[in-house]
Amino acid sequence: MILLFLAIFLFLVGLYGVATKRNLIKIVIGLTIMEYATFLILALIGYRQGAAPPIVVEKMGGATFVDALPQALVLTAIVISLATTALLLSIALRIYHKYGTFDVGKIRRLKG
Amino acid sequence: MNLIPLFVAIPLAMAFVMPLFGRLSRLLPDLLGNAATLALAALSCAMINLPMMVYKVGGWEPVNGVPIGIYLVVDGLAVLMLLIINVIGFAVSVYSIEYMRKYTDKARFYTLFLLMMAGMNGVVISGDMFNLYVFLEVAAIASYALVAFGTEAEELEAAFKYQVMGTAASGFILVGIAVLYSLTGTLNMADAGKVILEQGRSQGALFAGALFLMGFGLKAAIMPFHAWLPDAHPSAPAPISAMLSGVLIKAIGIYALCRIFFNVIGLNLTTSYILMAMGALSMIAGVFLAIGQWDMKRLFAYHSISQMGYVVMAIGIGTPLAVLGGLFHLVNHATFKSLLFLNSGAVVYSTGNRDLQKMGGLNQRMPVTGATSLIASMSIAGIPPFNGFWSKLIIILAAVQAGYYGLAALAVVGSIMTLASFLKVQRYGFFGKLRPVWKKVREAPVFMCVSMVLLALLCVGMGLLLLPGVKDGLLDRAADAVTGGTDYSGLVLGK
Amino acid sequence: MRGMTPIVKTVTRGMAGMIFLYGIYIVLHGHLTPGGGFAGGVMVAAAFVLVFLAKGSPEAVSEAKKERSSMAESLGILTFWVLAMIGLIGGTFFYNFLTKGKPFRLLSAGFIPLNNIAIGIEVAGALFAIFITLAVLKAGGKK
Repeated sequence: MILLFLAIFLFLVGLYGVATKRNLIKIVIGLTIMEYATFLILALIGYRQGAAPPIVVEKMGGATFVDALPQALVLTAIVISLATTALLLSIALRIYHKYGTFDVGKIRRLKG
Repeated sequence: MNLIPLFVAIPLAMAFVMPLFGRLSRLLPDLLGNAATLALAALSCAMINLPMMVYKVGGWEPVNGVPIGIYLVVDGLAVLMLLIINVIGFAVSVYSIEYMRKYTDKARFYTLFLLMMAGMNGVVISGDMFNLYVFLEVAAIASYALVAFGTEAEELEAAFKYQVMGTAASGFILVGIAVLYSLTGTLNMADAGKVILEQGRSQGALFAGALFLMGFGLKAAIMPFHAWLPDAHPSAPAPISAMLSGVLIKAIGIYALCRIFFNVIGLNLTTSYILMAMGALSMIAGVFLAIGQWDMKRLFAYHSISQMGYVVMAIGIGTPLAVLGGLFHLVNHATFKSLLFLNSGAVVYSTGNRDLQKMGGLNQRMPVTGATSLIASMSIAGIPPFNGFWSKLIIILAAVQAGYYGLAALAVVGSIMTLASFLKVQRYGFFGKLRPVWKKVREAPVFMCVSMVLLALLCVGMGLLLLPGVKDGLLDRAADAVTGGTDYSGLVLGK
Repeated sequence: MRGMTPIVKTVTRGMAGMIFLYGIYIVLHGHLTPGGGFAGGVMVAAAFVLVFLAKGSPEAVSEAKKERSSMAESLGILTFWVLAMIGLIGGTFFYNFLTKGKPFRLLSAGFIPLNNIAIGIEVAGALFAIFITLAVLKAGGKK
């Protein structure tokens, strides 16, 4: 349970980074922290204390297994987060070419 | 052979055939892309009036009544959404044949466009929460890339802002799914709904609900979460603006909200009030922000927030009539808002300008664009024969019937303000004296006109959906799927 | 990109092939051991990236290479799609139409190894294309 709350705290750390940092790359890092916190939450949900890995062979009958489904979800979510991060970074690099800066304060051509 | 998977399979295959063969000829990307969207539109029309279908991917049958594979579910609401996505998608892809010519890489445009279609279709037909999330991300990532497609400074800035917001929203949604999974032990939406019903709605389910509200609210740009939309939607190329404003915010925002709140968690009074408040706020604030804009596309984008406010408010009221009105307004908004964005694209294509102050009298040089934009403006403002009038009327009547007189009054005020701001568009943009600068302007090319006329005909004819025989087939079934609430699980699991 | 010191280059020459092979091993054993198409594909792409970073010269990073790796990506996805569609023709989408075999053998689990190979090709192509895109973007910025 403590671990779960720490993971949620990590999620909030990432959110804080996204909300307050002014550098594009640091915003991307904040988002990545958020995503990784989500993966931790998912993996912790599937965890059972003292359980076996979820490979079922016939003779193991009554043993408890770790829930394998969240692990599969985490893998899928990692792939998605890879695509998101790659796209964000390439947009950030292109912004750097156009504006010559990573500072969000100076990237303001769109008006309210 | 059941054809439901084709809604995802066709666009996905075409999207990846493009980079392999798209370079062989200039015509090939257009041909393949439009063939795919035409096939999808035909397929979605074939879904009308079929009974509710449940498709088990990979042939995984439930074990002891517990579903273990991924389910695809096509019910009334899904059919309605599939129709919106694929018909508008077809009109937009016809339009892009000419419009996207000025951008260099058409094959890549179609790849991203079809990926977005695949994602949206997937969101709508998926009966599994995590599968919904994955398709939502496919659609969203393709849309981020499409907003940045022109790679000009403003487009990149808008795309970055949009993507940061979108990724944060996805984070909330994923945590919501994790919470719901830990409560129910299943990802199947029908099964989760059943388990929540059996356990009673706990604090955990409400917490998940709050997370979903934040996540999908951000995706749908409902008022406190709207900041990215007026930047992102106008910055994209016009066909993509039409797709984002007309379809994407509905498919991955409003539809998912309906599905989760009505069919899985179940609506209670608090969430209903929250939805109504957020809807009313977007409705009024959106239109007030819109009326001061001089950039044509930006004005339309603020109106998307406002019109989505009507839908969310109606769905929040939750009576069968209100839900019917909300869903009907959703369909109508998809047609007239995508038409308006296509009109603005035609103006940009011909004049290179989207500032209303510099336009004027364009009706004389661009009759088709002028006439279709007049129809769309009348529809969005709610002038009687057009479709927008009927849906707003139903929403207002439903609000009065449910006893929310204040909301009904706000809806009327919003409608009047909408009329005012579209009178401004017509007055400055299309009527009045032609400026000498635009003397040589030519009407948009033929494919763009065809697509605009198609959507304008839909705007005129859509009121017919309320005729008794037609209404039960489409709108009633969609509204039943929403108001049926947690009956959904019984229908899907077959008990 | 000017390339790195001789130490890095020499070590890379020895390591890259082994990383590549290990990636292929992970892809092929995806249905038996942890890993699979994605993890293995990442390793295969990493082997290429390693060579490029160690020996990289401006000419090495080109549009043509990006085209080819994104073609590999499309081919991988289309293979995966065809495997799913064979299932649809035979009954259900993604139906596992091959014989399952005995557990813990290399040739078992029906079409899952084939899917893993398709995903491996796709991920390797996509990641390498991403790498080249970012490298081209970075080089373009230093004008």
